[in-house]
Amino acid sequence: MSREGLGKSPYLFGAKLAPGLVGLMVALIFLLFVSAGAAKEARPLSDDPELEARVMQIAEDLRCLVCQNETLAASHAGLAVDLRTQIREQLAAGRNAEQVVEFMVARYGDFILYRPPFQPSTWLLWVGPFGLLVVALWVMSYVIRQRRLVGDGLASEDEEPDS
Amino acid sequence: MTRRALIPLFLFAVLVGFLAFGLTLNPRDVPSPLIDKPAPDFVLPTLRNPAGMASSQSMDGQLWILNVWASWCVACRQEHQTLMDFSAQQSIPLYGLNYKDRRTDALRWLDERGDPYRDSFYDIEGRVGIDYGVYGVPETFVIDQQGRIRYKHSGPLSPKLLHDTILPMIRGFGV
Repeated sequence: MSREGLGKSPYLFGAKLAPGLVGLMVALIFLLFVSAGAAKEARPLSDDPELEARVMQIAEDLRCLVCQNETLAASHAGLAVDLRTQIREQLAAGRNAEQVVEFMVARYGDFILYRPPFQPSTWLLWVGPFGLLVVALWVMSYVIRQRRLVGDGLASEDEEPDS
Repeated sequence: MTRRALIPLFLFAVLVGFLAFGLTLNPRDVPSPLIDKPAPDFVLPTLRNPAGMASSQSMDGQLWILNVWASWCVACRQEHQTLMDFSAQQSIPLYGLNYKDRRTDALRWLDERGDPYRDSFYDIEGRVGIDYGVYGVPETFVIDQQGRIRYKHSGPLSPKLLHDTILPMIRGFGV
């Protein structure tokens, strides 16, 4: 919007803009939108999106051993890139997902599986929290029962656990 | 206070015990599934002989040590003196696996600091490293006379580790 008498120069927040600046701003904003569209994803390393999808699927269930709380799919570590290349090459050579995972576990051990396998050495890991919850609930119910008995005068005060 | 009231304290003590033990562990350490398994065979060029190919099988029948290193690896500098002393004092063959490095950089690194290795295998892509379950640099493998990996250490070697753990173990293998 222009003030009367000052010609057709555009105003922005009350400041008078130099001619051509608007054009520059429009061009920059245009570039921003265009580049945002182009910066979606890195170009996949193989031109086969289906293969890439399978690689990522396997990589998401494996752990990056360098950044150990990241999956192999998400990590940018050099080893992660190398192992993803291995997965890609093996899938392209006709191996199936199970064989690829076996390859990794044979070299790096169970730790490379992002989900620990359910086996005797990890039973405590898997079941432990639930077990502790059950114990806690039992203790709680015992305490509550004791309190109620004391309240009803059925148990002596000495029996009451320290509160 | 009844004796039953001491139970939570006892349980807490148990938990503290676990914590104390846990603090001595290194969570980043990944145990190798290759212990006591045959060391993967490989054929690679070496730093000293870039044109030829050297095979790991040429070491069959000997106990030897494979040390994974690179010129870009900062921690490798920590163990370098230990390795130099080792190769000067011991007759056990020490070979390097130059991991994902540039030959010129690797040779310069050895020129500047000294070369403790009989030779270094040149694993430019890191594929042999993958076969050995290498996930960081430096790592050290002890391979026995039957070609089995008997010990792996991740991280720089210390003189203490060498003298207290590795050398006694090697003596146990009958060198």
